[in-house]
Amino acid sequence: MLGSGLIQGLAVTAKNLVGSFHDPARYTNVEYPEVKTKLPEAYRNFPFLVTESASDPMGTLRCVACQICEKECPPQCIYIEKSKDKKPDATGKMQLFPAVFDIDTSVCMSCQICVEVCPFDAIKMDQVFEVATTSRFEALLLNRNQLAKPNTYYHSIHPTEAAEVDGRLAAERKAAEEKAKAAAAAKAAAAAAPKSATAAASATPPSTTPTPKPPAAPSAEAPKPPTPAA
Amino acid sequence: MIAAATTDAFLERAPVLLRDAVTGFLPEPWRTLVNALIAVGLILGIFGTLFAFITLAERKILGRVQNRPGPNRAPIPFINKRFFGLSQPFADGVKSLTKEDIVPRDADKVLHYLAPVALLAFSILTFAVIPYGRNLVPVELDAAVLYFFAAGAATELAVFMAGWASRNKYSLLAAMRALAQLISYELPLLLSWVPVVLIAGTLSTTAIVDAQAGWKFGFIPHWHVFTPWGFAGFVIFMVAALAESNRSPFDTPEAESELIAGHLTEYSGFKYALFFMAEYFGMLALSGMAITLFLGGWRSPLPFLEFIPSYLWFGGKLLALIFGFIWIRATFPRLRIDQLTRFAWKFLVPLALINLGNTIVWSLMSNSSALMQLARWPVCAAIILVPFVVLGRKLSAGVAPRIYRYA
Amino acid sequence: MNAVLIVIALVTLGAAAVAMTLRNLIHSALLLIASWAGVAAFYLWAGAEFVAFAEILVYVGAVSMVVLFAVLLTRRSRADLTVTPDSAGRAISGFIAGGAVCGVLVGAIVATPMGVGSSPTPTVTVKQIGVQLMGTHAASLLIVGVLLTVALLGAIVIASADRTDDSEDTP
Repeated sequence: MLGSGLIQGLAVTAKNLVGSFHDPARYTNVEYPEVKTKLPEAYRNFPFLVTESASDPMGTLRCVACQICEKECPPQCIYIEKSKDKKPDATGKMQLFPAVFDIDTSVCMSCQICVEVCPFDAIKMDQVFEVATTSRFEALLLNRNQLAKPNTYYHSIHPTEAAEVDGRLAAERKAAEEKAKAAAAAKAAAAAAPKSATAAASATPPSTTPTPKPPAAPSAEAPKPPTPAA
Repeated sequence: MIAAATTDAFLERAPVLLRDAVTGFLPEPWRTLVNALIAVGLILGIFGTLFAFITLAERKILGRVQNRPGPNRAPIPFINKRFFGLSQPFADGVKSLTKEDIVPRDADKVLHYLAPVALLAFSILTFAVIPYGRNLVPVELDAAVLYFFAAGAATELAVFMAGWASRNKYSLLAAMRALAQLISYELPLLLSWVPVVLIAGTLSTTAIVDAQAGWKFGFIPHWHVFTPWGFAGFVIFMVAALAESNRSPFDTPEAESELIAGHLTEYSGFKYALFFMAEYFGMLALSGMAITLFLGGWRSPLPFLEFIPSYLWFGGKLLALIFGFIWIRATFPRLRIDQLTRFAWKFLVPLALINLGNTIVWSLMSNSSALMQLARWPVCAAIILVPFVVLGRKLSAGVAPRIYRYA
Repeated sequence: MNAVLIVIALVTLGAAAVAMTLRNLIHSALLLIASWAGVAAFYLWAGAEFVAFAEILVYVGAVSMVVLFAVLLTRRSRADLTVTPDSAGRAISGFIAGGAVCGVLVGAIVATPMGVGSSPTPTVTVKQIGVQLMGTHAASLLIVGVLLTVALLGAIVIASADRTDDSEDTP
């Protein structure tokens, strides 16, 4: 009969109207600037530089200024100047660090290639989206102070990926320590008995070859699909 | 009697007593004048505020229906509290007052200016004859219902003036469309209240409300809507009222998404706000008239609820009808202009005419025996229901649920 | 009270007079509507509420739309508004028709006995008017209705005549 469809329609809207007051499934809004939704873990936007400590960001940058990302960046938005002196990196090795590390976010296209190529897990994808500024040039060119964010922040935005990176770095550090220990032991042994040079040679291959690469492979693709655990 | 006791309850007489306390000391010709001015000021004040908050309520209800909160961020100035965005209408008012008022170069300046003023003036005129409470009718007229629809009919002129004076062919075309709609729906609107006049035997709004006094079996009010012809008339009246006040689903005159607001294209700033105000005033006035004609006016639905003052009952019924308007807007999509006029001429007008005959049958059967009294209910219900089903079949013939083969 | 009557008369007649002199047909039509509203105001002044509201409802509400639609649909261009008649015969017939109407009206006014003095205003309710219209004057009501229908049909016939020229309309 004419009109029955109209009544059905009215019932649907009435259900929605009443439901919006008590049913969270029908009313999923948040008051945006004050309350923010938790972004999905796989969401990524603009790179940042990981530092070990929040209190001393410049002293604990993971970046060693190898400039691979600068060369790989398709829109050429990264600019790096190497430092003259060295400082110990995450694994305790003495490394260079970036005296200047700039990213022009007006050019950056969030392609994540810098993250893929970084052998030191020093640059990762951020989750920022409120990037509006009042000036077109200076404010969009981020320097290393603005780019540096602590590892804890990395954990807060990409927990699974960060845990995996941390585990790998810890393993590397442990291996490096073992290697140093072995080298020290070898040196001591060499000093004690010159014939043990063969033992030192046999100790090096297992310590160097397996450490960096096999865990690096999952790290490269980790940010793209959300892991089953997430 | 409860009725006798409530007739002169203090709350019932309070508005009139208050007015007399203010104007009582004035000499006679001045007193009438000041009384009239107070009535005008009250109508403008109350309905102006109501308009402001209905716009807010409408946006909030529409928002809730669409699972979003609606406007809720406008703060109260100086104390910076939000109160659910209650100050939104005032912010809107300030905005429309301070916006630039653009008049097209080739426009007919005088008519362009006059159109919103005329529209608003005519829609305010309609408020004069609605009985808002037991003793609260601004102007007692013998032909009040006729006056109401005469003032309402003149709004078409303003729509034409707006469309023509803008000197924009789209405005003019949209104005013609709007006129086609308004004239089409004027007819069912006028025909739908004729049965009420027939039964009440008067054109005076107060007398029509009086005709709906009392309760059958002590709990069914004698409102016209609770009779077969009255219910049909009420539905036809409300559908036509939707169209007359340009409300969705009949908002083709200013379909925002397809015409750029139709005859309002060339209007900006406060003139545009005036059009909106007139539209809402028209909606309020038509709802008030529907209450008076069909819903028992200011009368309470149940005897023991009579302690609530009559003007509150009127206000409650008004808000309920306005909620209905908003609910309908939230639900139905807009009709095409041909569907719209076809619905008016091929469905509503015949149905309204049949309803007129139905009312005659009802009133003829009322004077006979008790058996006839009982028999008139199914008879009159059938007289209106059968044409409804038949006409509805005919109207929706060939219209089937659409199958989306490639979607 | 007479001052009110004079104001109403001035507005009504003034609007009608200006409507005849204006070149813009829409303005003329709107002034004609104002003049009708003036007539309604006069009825109201005279105490004939029902007639006044019926005047507004029918003339200002409905007939005005017919007039405006007719103007918009039939007007071909602005230069179309010729003031000089097409032929002498047409002018003469126009004068004859106008003079006849004028003569009948003046004759009716002159023939009506004008009651000067203070006769009490009759209080007529809508109900009485309805009874009168549907009872004693039912025949005349029907005749007027038929006449109006015929006039409407005639207007449709005239309007639907084939257009000879197809000059572009400039709104």
